[in-house]
Amino acid sequence: MTDLNPAFKLNPLLSTWLRFSDNTVWVQTGKVELGQGISTALAMIVSHELDVGIARIRVQTGRTDSGPNEFLTAGSMSIEGSGGALRQASAEARQILIARAADRFGVSSDRLRVTDGVISNPEGNEQVSYWALLDGQQLDVVVTGEWRGKAPVTSTLLGGPTRRLDLHAKVTGGEAFIQDVVLPGMHHARVIRPRDVLSELVDVDAAVAEGVEPGVTVVRSGNFLGVIARRESAVIKAKQKLARASRWREPVRSIPADLKSLLRQPDFSLLVEAGKPTDTPIPERKKIRPGGRHLSATYFKPYHLHGSLSPSAAIATFSKNRLKIISHTQGPAIAQGEIARTLGLAIDQVSVEHKENAGCYGHNGADDAAMDAALLAFLHPDTPILLKWDREDEHLHEPMSPAMLVDLCAELEGGRIGYWSADVYSQTHMNRPMPGHGKASRLIAAWQKASPMTVQKPRPSMAPHGGVHRNADPYYSLPEKRITKNLVADTRLRTSATRALGAFANVFAIESFMDELAVQAQIDPVTFRLNHLIDERAVAVLSRLAEEMAHHAPQRLSGERLGRGIAFARYKNEKTYAAVGVFVGLHEETFAVRLDHALIVADAGRVVDRDGLINQLEGGFVQAASWSLKEQVLFDQTGSISRNWDSYPILNFSEVPTIATVVLDQPGSPSLGAGEATTGPTPAAIANAIYHATGIRIREIPFLPDQLRRLALSL
Amino acid sequence: MTQFELQLNGASVTVVGEEDDVLLWVLREQCGVNSVRYGCGIEACGACRVLLDDRLVFACNTRMADCHNRRVQTLEGIGGVDEHPLQTAVLELNAGQCGYCLSGILVTASKLLADNPQPSRSDIQTALDAHLCRCGAHNRIIQAIAQAAGSD
Repeated sequence: MTDLNPAFKLNPLLSTWLRFSDNTVWVQTGKVELGQGISTALAMIVSHELDVGIARIRVQTGRTDSGPNEFLTAGSMSIEGSGGALRQASAEARQILIARAADRFGVSSDRLRVTDGVISNPEGNEQVSYWALLDGQQLDVVVTGEWRGKAPVTSTLLGGPTRRLDLHAKVTGGEAFIQDVVLPGMHHARVIRPRDVLSELVDVDAAVAEGVEPGVTVVRSGNFLGVIARRESAVIKAKQKLARASRWREPVRSIPADLKSLLRQPDFSLLVEAGKPTDTPIPERKKIRPGGRHLSATYFKPYHLHGSLSPSAAIATFSKNRLKIISHTQGPAIAQGEIARTLGLAIDQVSVEHKENAGCYGHNGADDAAMDAALLAFLHPDTPILLKWDREDEHLHEPMSPAMLVDLCAELEGGRIGYWSADVYSQTHMNRPMPGHGKASRLIAAWQKASPMTVQKPRPSMAPHGGVHRNADPYYSLPEKRITKNLVADTRLRTSATRALGAFANVFAIESFMDELAVQAQIDPVTFRLNHLIDERAVAVLSRLAEEMAHHAPQRLSGERLGRGIAFARYKNEKTYAAVGVFVGLHEETFAVRLDHALIVADAGRVVDRDGLINQLEGGFVQAASWSLKEQVLFDQTGSISRNWDSYPILNFSEVPTIATVVLDQPGSPSLGAGEATTGPTPAAIANAIYHATGIRIREIPFLPDQLRRLALSL
Repeated sequence: MTQFELQLNGASVTVVGEEDDVLLWVLREQCGVNSVRYGCGIEACGACRVLLDDRLVFACNTRMADCHNRRVQTLEGIGGVDEHPLQTAVLELNAGQCGYCLSGILVTASKLLADNPQPSRSDIQTALDAHLCRCGAHNRIIQAIAQAAGSD
């Protein structure tokens, strides 16, 4: 008996997860494809456990009308959650089907073999396929967890690296994304929003937009303003005209010029113990012994964007009192409930089906766009409506990754840390639509529509490694520590979950500080960390990185100083281990940082899809490098002024370094997700490399040349 | 409304629209071309890249008036009937994550390989600087292009 995966609590039936028809296994998952390759990894698990070739497997993701409800696809949890459940469901399905075949053949189960879904008795020359055995029936039985999955050997049917199931359509012009869906009679829609979405729509001249061509329709509900047309070219022009023909009154709630001072005024302060916020009174920071060796430093990350390459979109049809939505939300069932609540519909009047958009990396505009499309369809019934945000909508209105300040202080006793204190300040990372009550909502259109809902105030997450405090508790063994999370509940700047949440800033701070302490202690950074690590898997990852670093010779360009830096974290202190090493060249005159090469060593437990795992680890590095080197949202009093890629540049192809990744497989340990494992270590590895090259300790992201020059002058 | 004649991926097509309609939406809406994608509208991301008479352009900012009687090639046309080596290489190397950026990138890459059959890593990087990839799949994409060129 193995532990039953928690996903079976809500979704107990085997047939909810696996369906057999047409010589195909239909895998149903509540998780969704975000470009992270989850559908391929899940297909590989099912293929391995069921002994069915990957060509016979189809994966259906995130539908509220069939398959399991797994809430959100977030936090690198899908391999453990849906993957773990599908491993058990598949193992159990295989055993049930083999037992039925054994009955039929009159032999014992252990004599039977399965090849690509066909069960055979090698001695009796008998065989029967899964599909023939089931004869159109499904396995409507409760999953018991009594069957262990198979040993982790590469399935013969899989062979080498598996091609991603979703990629073919994406490189051959197939219907790959939500924007490619065409429904009969479908119309196109856009919304028109002021920079501050709580502005009042004082006046709008709908005739200006409706004059673009016959059939263009302006839809208004309170301060919600949209336009619908049959032709997409027409709706785009109508939106431009409508934007000029509408007058808005901004609310008085100006954005402070000094955003750091905003962060210093928290509404909630909580002590974090063993990664979890508690109600324990926060102790004073310890007085440092006179003459003792100690260090204090403050680290900062600015507001960042998810910056999906494609703005959000959704399709909605309201007909015969039913609302059907196609969305790239990370939580189809949650979106279903919140949209129903906002429109005053019963939950079973609304269905949500997932369809991919470009990668989201967290809570971007997806849910808002679904709400926008739903409201438009509700007000303009019997017409399928494809609503698309444009780039400015996404840049200005996606919930941002919040700015964070991290104050660290430590005392050294000999070569070891004797005391550690951390105070983390941030706005919320946990602002997704959640099943709610009353008049408060987290969706823009709900705040804008006639009889509006109010902006739901954030509350501190008390979950272990929840949001602000994710990875705030160092993975090192420290004799005495004091860690606080400080949540700023201000809602003027809308923030929410972005890849790794608080772990990006917390690990940046911790791993930069570890290097600063190592310098104080006059111990090399690797040894200093190893001296504080007791987990053998952590030691293995870090030691291997040090070995790999020693073998790399960076390229020196003229006028540059070279440096190398490392950083380590275990995501949420219980998930994937990742050590990141970076070689940089820093130009002595321009202070431009060039990433020369990066090394990643990771342990994500038992490997499911090695190629997909490496892709995620490296993608996490590149995105975090982009945040670290280039990105920050800029504001005026009204809100963001980072409207497009020209005012919010990200890393380009010439700036991306070569990367080499080593995965340490742990066949006996549970498989873990890895999409967020390198996010935290990356900024610290870069900052440590800059220090190694120049002696400049940079504690504020992004590491722009101007800041580096200023710091160099003060050396 | 005006009629425009295009040579789209080798076939003659007639579309209708205003002179200031942009090629991106016309291709998607009237020609069923999925690969030409909207990303930014300001020529900053490259998701909409196509070839207009063998010149790389951003379809999001190309007016229909400038397309009449001209050749337009999209990702759908780079391989003809067969899979283009670039498509094969991307699929073999799983050279993408969400894949939204890929079609524009492959159009640029096909032009690069036509002009420079043995590009270096840095040639490929420079050519792709007109494109953004947000998933961080840059190295795989560079490797796929190098593999398609046979220079890997």
